[in-house]
Amino acid sequence: MPVTSVVVTGIGVISPLGNDFSQLMKALLAGCSGVRELPELEAVGGLRSRLAATVNGIDPKQIPRKFRRSMSNMSIYAYLASQQALIMANYPVEQLNSGDLGVFIGSTLGSTTTSENFFADYFRDHSLERMKTGLFFQLMGHSCAANVAQSLGITGRILAPSAACATSSQSVGYAYEQILMGRQKAILCGGADEFHPLMVATFDIMHAASTHYNQQPTATPRPFDRRRDGVVCGEGSGILLLESESSAKQRGAEILAEVVGFATISDTSSIASPNIGAMVKCMELALADAGLTIADIDYVNAHGTGTEQGDIAEAKAIQTLFAGQVPVSSLKGHLGHTMAASGTIELAGCIGMLQQQQLIATLNLDEVDEHCRGIDHLQQNRVQPVKTILKNNFAMGGINSTLILRSYMND
Amino acid sequence: MTKEEVIELIDSSLAEEFEVERSDMTPEANLYEDLGLDSLDMVDMVIVLEGAFDFKIREEEAIRAIRTLDDIHCFVWGKIEEHS
Repeated sequence: MPVTSVVVTGIGVISPLGNDFSQLMKALLAGCSGVRELPELEAVGGLRSRLAATVNGIDPKQIPRKFRRSMSNMSIYAYLASQQALIMANYPVEQLNSGDLGVFIGSTLGSTTTSENFFADYFRDHSLERMKTGLFFQLMGHSCAANVAQSLGITGRILAPSAACATSSQSVGYAYEQILMGRQKAILCGGADEFHPLMVATFDIMHAASTHYNQQPTATPRPFDRRRDGVVCGEGSGILLLESESSAKQRGAEILAEVVGFATISDTSSIASPNIGAMVKCMELALADAGLTIADIDYVNAHGTGTEQGDIAEAKAIQTLFAGQVPVSSLKGHLGHTMAASGTIELAGCIGMLQQQQLIATLNLDEVDEHCRGIDHLQQNRVQPVKTILKNNFAMGGINSTLILRSYMND
Repeated sequence: MTKEEVIELIDSSLAEEFEVERSDMTPEANLYEDLGLDSLDMVDMVIVLEGAFDFKIREEEAIRAIRTLDDIHCFVWGKIEEHS
């Protein structure tokens, strides 16, 4: 029987705003910020930003040492979030090794912290004699996906997309396509990243990191705001359990939402700068994939990182397509930019909005930048009917990705 | 170092590295069956011991025959006596 619908049955979240889905939603709805000052960044020469949205309050030791030894923080976050998603979905333990379940989890890089620790030791005397066996497993590009599969005993397909800020959006999109093709019945998909000063430096050297709010951490980032000054880097993991509708129904699982459209394209106009036309194209392709029109979209969840160029381009792209008719917000004012995890942590927020029938405003959007006007910016949470959500992620490297989620009526 | 000090340094180093309960670290404890170590751990164990005692042992054939904690105690004590 061909698969006609792909649904979400589980959500796992490790984030700067809490370490499960309900904590995340509570903090988002309350307008909380996960951004904090990191005084240790003062010791990094040349780095102007002192802020980060970090994960707190997890206990890695709940993971058996034999699995944890090959994990850096990003894999720990991915494991904990994956475990939550499986538990929420009530996914049968005996089906983990059936081959029906895959793992599509990516990160921006392998562990930079592990890499730094290795080279700091290596450069002492250029000796490899102190190198332990866990090193490679933390450095490899598919560290999160492999560690999750190994530790949970999942034997289906493995994929580790790496597309910077669009990573987890692609993970979900590719999982949606694989399930539609009937190659897997279910896939744990998403992304994870761990904080390292290099992450901030990447944006700081391009004048795209927030540097003027070091004394007021929660006042930044400020997506679409006149006084925005850049990205605040974060970390965490967001994992969704995607499943064919028939598999979910057969198990009697509660369906949380439906994934109905996906598009990802390469924008070759620049490796770093966003392009309005390419953003519009990506959203149009996702709508076409879903068989929907702009009139069907109730809300746009923007990538909206709080950078000068990115916010203007995305606002203009949304205006081009939706002409100010659809409410728009970014969750990065709350969460900072959780990089490879941002797509799925924010998708979790979108599913929460579908459940609550309440749209969450952009935090710190006090005065809309004149260049970002022409769209319906959410500056207050808004209670309204919401059925279909379009979610953008636009990444360095010219990678655009758009997903479309729809609410689902359980029988 | 006395033999007791050597044993203590071995046990504390391995307990920290492999998160093994000290109460389980009896001399006769089998590293694989009783302490739950595996082949990757055995590679790391050599590195931990080299770091703790500042010697090189990875090429030693005798390491392959190690099965119990007491085997490690005897092997390391032997190396220390060899160089004293």
